[in-house]
Amino acid sequence: MYIYDEIDQRLVDERVAQFRGQTRRFLAGKLSEDEFRPLRLRNGLYIQRYAPMLRVAIPYGLLSAKQLRKFAYIARTYDRGYGHFSTRQNLQFNWPKLEDVPDILAELATVQMHAIQTSGNCVRNVTTDHYAGIARDEIVDSLVWCEVLRQWSTFNPEFSYLPRKFKIAVNGSRADRAAVQVHDIGLHAVRGADGEVGFRVLVGGGLGRTPIIGHVIREFLPWRHLLTYLDAILRVYNRYGRRDNLQRARIKILVKERTPEVFRKEVETEWAHLKDGPATLISGEIARIERRFTRPLYQNLDPLASGYVLALTRDRAFANWVRRNVHPHKVLGYAAVTLSLKKTGAPPGDVTAQQMDAIADLSERYSFGELRVSHEQNLILADVRLSDLHAMWQEARALGLATPNIGLLTNIICCPGGDFCSLANAKSIPVAEAIQRRFDDLDYLHDIGELDLNISGCMNACGHHHVGHIGILGVDKQGAEYYQISIGGAQGNGAALGKVLGPSVAQAEVPDVIEKLIDLYLARRDSEEERFVDVVRRIGIEPFKEHVYGNHHQESADHSRQLAAA
Amino acid sequence: MATIIRNRQIIADSWQLLKPAAKGSPSSIPPAGDVIVPLALWREQRDILSSRAGRLGVWLDSHEEPAAIAGDFDRFALVAVNFTAFGDGRGYSTARLLRERYGWRGELRAIGEVVRDHLFFMAGCGFDAFMLREDQDPEEALTAFGDFSDAYQASAERPLPLFRRRFLASPDGMEWS
Repeated sequence: MYIYDEIDQRLVDERVAQFRGQTRRFLAGKLSEDEFRPLRLRNGLYIQRYAPMLRVAIPYGLLSAKQLRKFAYIARTYDRGYGHFSTRQNLQFNWPKLEDVPDILAELATVQMHAIQTSGNCVRNVTTDHYAGIARDEIVDSLVWCEVLRQWSTFNPEFSYLPRKFKIAVNGSRADRAAVQVHDIGLHAVRGADGEVGFRVLVGGGLGRTPIIGHVIREFLPWRHLLTYLDAILRVYNRYGRRDNLQRARIKILVKERTPEVFRKEVETEWAHLKDGPATLISGEIARIERRFTRPLYQNLDPLASGYVLALTRDRAFANWVRRNVHPHKVLGYAAVTLSLKKTGAPPGDVTAQQMDAIADLSERYSFGELRVSHEQNLILADVRLSDLHAMWQEARALGLATPNIGLLTNIICCPGGDFCSLANAKSIPVAEAIQRRFDDLDYLHDIGELDLNISGCMNACGHHHVGHIGILGVDKQGAEYYQISIGGAQGNGAALGKVLGPSVAQAEVPDVIEKLIDLYLARRDSEEERFVDVVRRIGIEPFKEHVYGNHHQESADHSRQLAAA
Repeated sequence: MATIIRNRQIIADSWQLLKPAAKGSPSSIPPAGDVIVPLALWREQRDILSSRAGRLGVWLDSHEEPAAIAGDFDRFALVAVNFTAFGDGRGYSTARLLRERYGWRGELRAIGEVVRDHLFFMAGCGFDAFMLREDQDPEEALTAFGDFSDAYQASAERPLPLFRRRFLASPDGMEWS
């Protein structure tokens, strides 16, 4: 964890006081609804379909046991006993009272947390790889750079009222687990020829109404220049981004309208003035921030003496869970464990107060009291000893947190949808549940193999449907809730946007469509190694389309092929 | 007489703000007194405006380039930047450019949608004078400058970002906090 110093803490406390004043003025009628709105939004407070919703920042997804217990306390005291982890590594409370929010923020401040800039047209919580600091393919520890950016973006006066929201992701490893290609700015750490740390800078990516893969505008930005270069990008955007049309206001539209090359030149021209100025980073500051992070005190462990291998051979259910939910660690004898928040029947990403307390206990006993939130809406214990895995698994299973489905079809990324969100066109949680029920056979699920299924209740794409191998988008069809299905999307290094399969379908038909897609995939894959998305890439979407929308001739051909393969 | 906030005090203000003339109709320039004129008027009537009695200021609308007046700073006693909407933050960048790139040292006044909750950020970008929107309570607005006691970023009052001040403040150039 990054530990606040006196100034970090003071700024968060002062924000609580500021928001208390704004709330008081609003309730006293001294601040209009229209003007309170942008002010409360930049404190994460939405007015939702049934009640306000408060989005709390979990900077770069890192969370301590103490903070998680505070969430549990808030959920019990001010909400209905649960919280929802979002795809941007934040936590959302769905039922707080508006007049209680200043008190909730004051509670959060006691554990170095806040809701600063979790919404509104400003720089949002910076996100990163949930394996930062422990990944074997690490280039830099991105957590340090995320904290540098947290400070730079917090209450940045010049960029407080941008044309639209602004999301930055940092990836510190070779593999991209932070989705840098679909952010307003993506920073991918690289090392220069002499080993110097720098960043490849991507700009103008994003999902939402106009999904676009980001453009590289600089192959190598030396770390010292990180903040001045971001200042230059943000300044060009702040001054020239469109403000006349909400749906054309993201930076991706500016980059597209000007062309990436022209945009890059404008940024470079602006940067020429800012480069080497006061915001140029110094190595002492990076070292200072590094020192303020607590680090696990790893032991020298002999992984073979742990009894772990024996447990794997003896206990098949354990082995299945390890295969899906346990991730390699850069330190010998340790592993990262994903606690799945995707148990069938529970809304994806939801955690009860009771579970929060229990997870906090688990993290203290098994993982140095720290957790990560992944953008796939799961929790990760990043530093578990191999020798503890079996015992930990049994406890996690008792808590309903050991569904062995990470990377599989039922690990569905899903926004709150029409059950909560006032923007949604359609519900998403019941669709996720229906699909999970359809694919509840674990052997079958493991046989299908790696598959990302993402659901968004509207174009805003909070459920990242464009980059799901299968993406489901809720649409409004003359007042009825329908679902448009796309396939072939992908996150990571080879990020791609899915292609729409065909006409949207009713809610009840969605599981059937998914099943048909899977049937065809199983019939056409050349081996178990060929994933669903690989088959889509190889044979294109046409065969899937025909299989789903009824071309009997094609269907029987596939069937005989399936029989022949069996 | 109207009041404004300047250097964190409520003071009487004698400047008259001229709006752009409607299309086709000539601009009327008051014969005397201090005026803040729109950029277009300055461009059209620079000779008349330079030779009249009374001080001269110019205001930039949110989309107008600070470079357009950078060569004329010696003609102005004041520069103002117009905020056209509560959520339109272009003026923040305009202010920083005027101060940092073009070196405007005189009064920099925020006009238009200037409300209590923007003042702290506006001051951070270099504004030192604020013509509050009519419905704003000036006494209440003054408290906004104390909303935060520090900032991570460089600002007009603190020309170095916090991370550099931290190192300067320590005797051996090391971290002190």
